[in-house]
Amino acid sequence: MSLLHSLRPGGRHGIATTESRDPIGYLVAGLSRLAQSDLIDRVGLRKQTEQAVFSITSNGFKTLTTAGRTFARAGKVGRPGVRVAPAPRAGLFDLTPTEDEQMLVDVVAEYAAEVVRPAAAEADEACAAPQSVLKAGLEIGLPILGVAEALGGISEERSAMAGTLVAEALAKGDMGLAVASLSSGAVATALGLWGTDAQQQTYLPAFTGDDAPAAALALTEPTVLFDVLAPATTAVRTGDGFTLNGVKSLVPRGAEAELFIVGALLDGAPTLFLVESGAAGLAVEGDPAMGVRAASLTRLSLSDVRVGSDAVLGDVDGTTYRECVRLSRLAWCALAVGTAQAVLDYVTPYVKERQAFGEPIAHRQSVAFMVANIAIELQAMRLVTYKAASRAAAGKDFTREVALARKLCTDKGMQIGLDGVQLLGGHGFVKEHPVERWYRDLRAIGIMEGSVLV
Amino acid sequence: MAISLDDPKKFRPLVGQAHQVAMNMLRPISRTYDRAEHEYPKELDMLAAMIDGLADSGASEGAGAAGVRRDEKDADTTVKNGANLASVLSIAEMCWGDVGLLLSMPRQGLGNSAIASVANDEQLARLDGVWAGMAITEPSTGSDSANITTTAVLDGDEYVINGEKIYVTSGDRADHIVVWATLDRDLGRAAIKSFVVAKGTPGMRVDRLEHKLGIRASDTATIIFEDCRVPQENLLGSPEIDTGGSGQGFAGAMATFDNTRPLVASMAVGCARASLDLTRELLAKAGVEVDYDRPAVVQSAAAAKFLQMEADWEGAYLLTLQAAWMADNREPNSLEASMAKAKAGRVGSDITLSCVELAGSIGYSEAELLEKWSRDSKILDIFEGTQQIQQLIVARRILGLSSAELK
Repeated sequence: MSLLHSLRPGGRHGIATTESRDPIGYLVAGLSRLAQSDLIDRVGLRKQTEQAVFSITSNGFKTLTTAGRTFARAGKVGRPGVRVAPAPRAGLFDLTPTEDEQMLVDVVAEYAAEVVRPAAAEADEACAAPQSVLKAGLEIGLPILGVAEALGGISEERSAMAGTLVAEALAKGDMGLAVASLSSGAVATALGLWGTDAQQQTYLPAFTGDDAPAAALALTEPTVLFDVLAPATTAVRTGDGFTLNGVKSLVPRGAEAELFIVGALLDGAPTLFLVESGAAGLAVEGDPAMGVRAASLTRLSLSDVRVGSDAVLGDVDGTTYRECVRLSRLAWCALAVGTAQAVLDYVTPYVKERQAFGEPIAHRQSVAFMVANIAIELQAMRLVTYKAASRAAAGKDFTREVALARKLCTDKGMQIGLDGVQLLGGHGFVKEHPVERWYRDLRAIGIMEGSVLV
Repeated sequence: MAISLDDPKKFRPLVGQAHQVAMNMLRPISRTYDRAEHEYPKELDMLAAMIDGLADSGASEGAGAAGVRRDEKDADTTVKNGANLASVLSIAEMCWGDVGLLLSMPRQGLGNSAIASVANDEQLARLDGVWAGMAITEPSTGSDSANITTTAVLDGDEYVINGEKIYVTSGDRADHIVVWATLDRDLGRAAIKSFVVAKGTPGMRVDRLEHKLGIRASDTATIIFEDCRVPQENLLGSPEIDTGGSGQGFAGAMATFDNTRPLVASMAVGCARASLDLTRELLAKAGVEVDYDRPAVVQSAAAAKFLQMEADWEGAYLLTLQAAWMADNREPNSLEASMAKAKAGRVGSDITLSCVELAGSIGYSEAELLEKWSRDSKILDIFEGTQQIQQLIVARRILGLSSAELK
């Protein structure tokens, strides 16, 4: 391909095809190409810092997925899995968490404040969660929160409400690290909710053990106007199994994951498939994004990936997939609430300390009203999210409620991120303060599908 | 105890009743009294009698503006769904019918709220069953009600009241007026007291009725007090001027607003839901169905707008229920009450106005009620504390700033 051809506008570098380059433009573009070449790096003019994970997640370096452990087949094929019962509600309007939920939130809140928050800036920079943070998350049982006691987990009843409170508390520490910590749990929870006896017996022991694997629920695709209910990834029946083809984007911890749940269209209906990382035809590359970077986001390609007939998780008529999408959106709403709370808690003392024109800027209505609106919209986001979560936990239909929660958390969450930076002015724009990270993280709501689940 | 934000089960019959009343009694006369401003909606007398009957039979609980009195926190720690939740739920239903007519309900005036909140036992008994309007605002005093100029001077065993009050809801129809006046302008807010004045008392007269943008079924009066003499036992609460500020004076009167703000929020929520319900159906007839599962950006602009409105509505609704629930459970809710009113007020305007836009000329024409609701909703972002006052209250509480620091 000639240099001129490769410099033609359209699609790349955010340049629309309607743009045209004149001769000066081509000259400048050519110079720019030269400046980017690794020649200057080879002669040592540019400092290189490379880490193993960083190279995968940041440099677009494509590799095979981790071979991972062998999940020994167990359990009875065809027998339904263990299910937890819905959490009943007395019909009372009530905003009080149960004692168990409160205990859990207290533990997670402490972990978020003391372990997660201090590690957040560096993890964002490195596009990776420190092992110490992940390990501490395992110790407090994050991956098995949604798994039934009978399967080695800690949940006695449907845990969507507890999961929501935990995700919120975690994201108050950091959204990226929250996603990294919850990604395995999403897969375990899904196995608990929809797995057959064989699927639960094959995979869950690894999650409930000391060395829980990284795992990811991969639903998002790199498509403009992406509609998660109509994935471009396909599953075709071949022999006694299925062949999967497609690309999943923004998959958390894809480079380390040993088990994926992948959404694909089967006979016209979106369906969930269990795909082990060792499967041939599976490749992963870094897909770092604007935010949620600590979750080591990756792009997962499936080319003629063969899975067995037992790889389908749940129904094949789209009902399981839809429920999965809703529960995942619920988890993202909870993350938005947590991060938005972090913004409010950060800007409140800041505007009272920051002086301008001889008094704290909080004494000005234009500043104070922004803080008031953050508080008002945040509480609205929280209540709408809790309503959806509580209905999900009680086994009621929550289609409408989660849709409204997602819309509110997308719009108002982003506004809160925006105002958080604005309230700090220039200080908000630099990495000395965390508000610019929260701004980037909060843009994920409404875009991300899958990845987390309650 | 478990988090649950569904409508309380025990109030389903009450809400169902209110909905039937709104649909079958208020809606049929809604346009009539919007056009016939200042005409008394005679149908309401029968409705009020019916509501009293229901209340006596125990089938209803706390409809209207009553029951905002706060007792000492009791030892009972079980979670309650009580009169405050019942009130916001039933008022929202009635305002789904018609806000103006709800505000005109006999014996459900704001003055009744004030009496229920601050009157002593003797006054409560004496004033049982009255219909009381509330007179606070003056021509040059709106949101800063500490600055009122109407005076009350003790002369023998009577107070002599002088001043002009505007925006008195049901000021002509009510049989009593609760008027705010100062005992001594030099002593500021501590000297502000409220007085009950019976209709027909010499010196009090209705000067005129306003012509308004919306809630035209509800009359809004200007009342003049000229040497109006009332017995001294008509002063609500304590006559002491307590500059230390121990609650019974101005602060106590202002506390009434903590209780009435969720009610106004519920009015905005009810009115906005009327617009949403009708618009959803009009859109469906036009071929636009809102899909809750598909992303808003892949649906039509009308469906995406509807999703945004419904999401905002849900937020306003739940903030309102939260504030009422806290009152039911004896938790201080001043912050949450203001949050609810701020959110519901602005969301009410956005929703009702946007529904007019979505429905086009059908929305703008008097052929439908959408245009009326978009006029009615505006007042709900103004009275009982404007949007800006609510933001001020929320900001002061969140930031921990005094009114001197954050003006």
